[in-house]
Amino acid sequence: MKASKDASQLRQKQMIAEHYSRLARSGETGEKSVYTFVPGNLTELLRSFDLLPVLPEINALQSAMRGKSKEYIAIAEKAGHSEDVCTYVKCDYGMMKSGNVGPTGERLPQPDLLLLSYTGCFTFLKWFEILREEYSAPAVMLHVPYQADGRITESMRRYVVHQLREKVIPELERLSGRAYDEDRLKECLTRSARAEDDLVAVLESAKHRPSPIDAYFGGVYYVGPIFSAFRGGEEACAYYRELRQEVEERVASGLGPVTPEGQLTRERFRLVVEGPPNWTHFHEFWKMFADEGAVVVASTYTKVGGVYDTGFRHDPEHPLETLADYCMGCYTNLSLPTRVDLLARYLTEYDADGLLVHSIKSCNSFSAGQLAMLRDVEARTGRPCGFIESDLVDPRYFSAANIRNRLESFFQMIDQKRERATA
Amino acid sequence: MSTNGGAAAIVERAETLYHDVGLASVRRHKAAHGGLAIGYLPIWAPRELLHAQGVLPVGLMGGGDDVEIIRGDAYYQSYICHLPRSVVELGLGGQLDVLDGVLFPAICDVIRNLSGVWQMRFPDKLVRYLDVPQNFDPEIGGAFLRSELESLAADLAERGARPLDPDALRASIAAYNRNRRLVVDLYDLRRREPWKIPTWELYVVLRAGMLLPVEQFDELLVAYRAAVAGDESRQPLDQARVVVIGSFCEQPPLGLIKTLERSGCYIVDDDFVQVHRFLRGDVDTDGDPLDAIVRAFLSSAIESPTRFSAPGAKSAALAERVRACGAEGVLFCAPSFCDPALLDQPLATRAMDAAGVPWTAFKYSENTGQFQVIREQAGTFADSIKLWSGDTPMRASR
Ligand code: SF4
Ligand code: SF4
Repeated sequence: MKASKDASQLRQKQMIAEHYSRLARSGETGEKSVYTFVPGNLTELLRSFDLLPVLPEINALQSAMRGKSKEYIAIAEKAGHSEDVCTYVKCDYGMMKSGNVGPTGERLPQPDLLLLSYTGCFTFLKWFEILREEYSAPAVMLHVPYQADGRITESMRRYVVHQLREKVIPELERLSGRAYDEDRLKECLTRSARAEDDLVAVLESAKHRPSPIDAYFGGVYYVGPIFSAFRGGEEACAYYRELRQEVEERVASGLGPVTPEGQLTRERFRLVVEGPPNWTHFHEFWKMFADEGAVVVASTYTKVGGVYDTGFRHDPEHPLETLADYCMGCYTNLSLPTRVDLLARYLTEYDADGLLVHSIKSCNSFSAGQLAMLRDVEARTGRPCGFIESDLVDPRYFSAANIRNRLESFFQMIDQKRERATA
Repeated sequence: MSTNGGAAAIVERAETLYHDVGLASVRRHKAAHGGLAIGYLPIWAPRELLHAQGVLPVGLMGGGDDVEIIRGDAYYQSYICHLPRSVVELGLGGQLDVLDGVLFPAICDVIRNLSGVWQMRFPDKLVRYLDVPQNFDPEIGGAFLRSELESLAADLAERGARPLDPDALRASIAAYNRNRRLVVDLYDLRRREPWKIPTWELYVVLRAGMLLPVEQFDELLVAYRAAVAGDESRQPLDQARVVVIGSFCEQPPLGLIKTLERSGCYIVDDDFVQVHRFLRGDVDTDGDPLDAIVRAFLSSAIESPTRFSAPGAKSAALAERVRACGAEGVLFCAPSFCDPALLDQPLATRAMDAAGVPWTAFKYSENTGQFQVIREQAGTFADSIKLWSGDTPMRASR
């Protein structure tokens, strides 16, 4: 059975189409575009200046889902980019060199500004250094300190707020030709918090048995609007309200998640997944789980653009401080012990059978140290932990047979543990 | 220190320290003098501050080809550079036990995350991620760095180091200024007369400075300079003058440096053991000493792949380095899977093309054992430079 689309899915599609078409028309309308990144994005601030965000990571993953990334990466490597480095950067570079056509088939505008909010990953810095040369666009840096000791200190917060006030906002004022309007920003932040409440309710619905959602494969769709161009807008509020209602109805009816193959009827394994998905073989990858009745009940990838389920909400009463805390709180900006705590907590709170780490060749930010994390989670929770590897957007690193074998062993481990428990 | 044994004896001593991955020299130092010893990873650490608090700064640069990796490989996937696995190997093997803590400077995600692994594996040690600003405004990034340094000083004091005292810090700044001048002076001599200072020798001498107290390192530098400057047996050869770029963190194995030299290259500038030269020029000894360190970091640091620089600044800096040392070509020599180094390469190579400077590129890891391919590549490169630039005596005496 193929799944029919929910109203929320159609709404999201519509929102995305409108955003890209607005970008495509910006040449005529005079709207300004700001390239920026997902983790630690300042969407509310951009919105308060009526600036349009473009998110190169989203374009890269969309290119992969459309089967374009192989060609784009080849273009970048031919231009001298090493095969060793982050493939998002190369995919984006190749897309730019191929005419910068976005996911809806329309051409993306050149950036009027590169807003480098540098959260959780050093590669972002290099990425915009490369784009800066290509586009000759100005770049403004927001350096976000790392939560190495598992907390945000006053000095860290002050540093980010200071940069927002002295560097980022003046640049946005210059670009937009209008003054910073704090009331407008507060309105956006109020709407963000509302949508964040609904998103958390959706993610936490996976505590039910069966889980009504898949919090990884389905989850990446759910976080799309809030991680990208839409947070702080009415349309995002409407989307999350609607999504929450749909999910609550599924809970009431005792339904499991909808997969690309249709309704999942038997939940055999409940998993927590650490690490981003593979985008080149997204549906094939998802099917490997769905075929086994494996449902992801919590994932860390759906926290890269904000960890809301531990309590953070954008706070309109402290607009710049809340933006600072948001940036510093994104998942890959957390220390490894904090990440271990979160994973262990997910395993117990979501009553999961095991942790699966999907390690990404491209991404040191996520991957470096994951094996140590895995051992600690295993030791702490006593639950089976599995490990698979591929890449985000480089199809050369997706080995279906290898992943399938490893998944099989992982599921067997869980089964054996269950048998032992009931023996 | 006596120079009677000539350069060979000095280099031999330095080489012993280079191979001292178990930090026996640090153990001896602590036994004799007490105090804390704190490790730091590449590429910059406020060694002046540690020194002022009576702490021995110990540079950790991985294990080179001296360490057999067993546990480290179970910690890091194959597509991550080699450095963290050898550091973990040494840590788990107890070879770094003599250290009271480790500083992890903010240079890339691998070292950043290694700080988390250290927190998890060595909960009793001081583990500090040293966040350094990417905003270079004294009022903004400077204020942040100052507060990071103050909190580091407080952490050290809590572990038993002397509290930070401004006069002591001024004296330590002066000590490292002196040291930096000695290092730069050796680089200058090598630039002028590369046959006097083979890079592999210079390299092990610089590596010795990662373990020695700064005063002893000074003595080593002075002795080495005196020995090589007067060594008339070191005569010019017909070699191509090259700059080696990209080896600022994980270091190439010593054999690789020797291979480059044997393949016909005089290395006249490089990125090796960069901590000794990360700051250009002296740090002020007047005024508030902590502010002076912050100011130096903000405004006198070299253009590094780990810093977000002004547009074109890195390319211009590279072109200037090539010009200043009279290099005829550039070897891009980066560790495999090193994002900061490798992501910089396309822009840097383009800048070299624009400047008409020949270049070639290859990768290594610290335990690379076979150099045949690199030898051939570097040899062909050096030959082509010599062929096209022609003027052999000029090259030798430049
Ligand atoms: S390294 Fe990872 S977090 Fe950084 S840009 Fe690449 S994929 Fe994103
Ligand atoms: S070699 Fe490169 S990637 Fe590896 S730790 Fe050093 S800077 Fe990071």
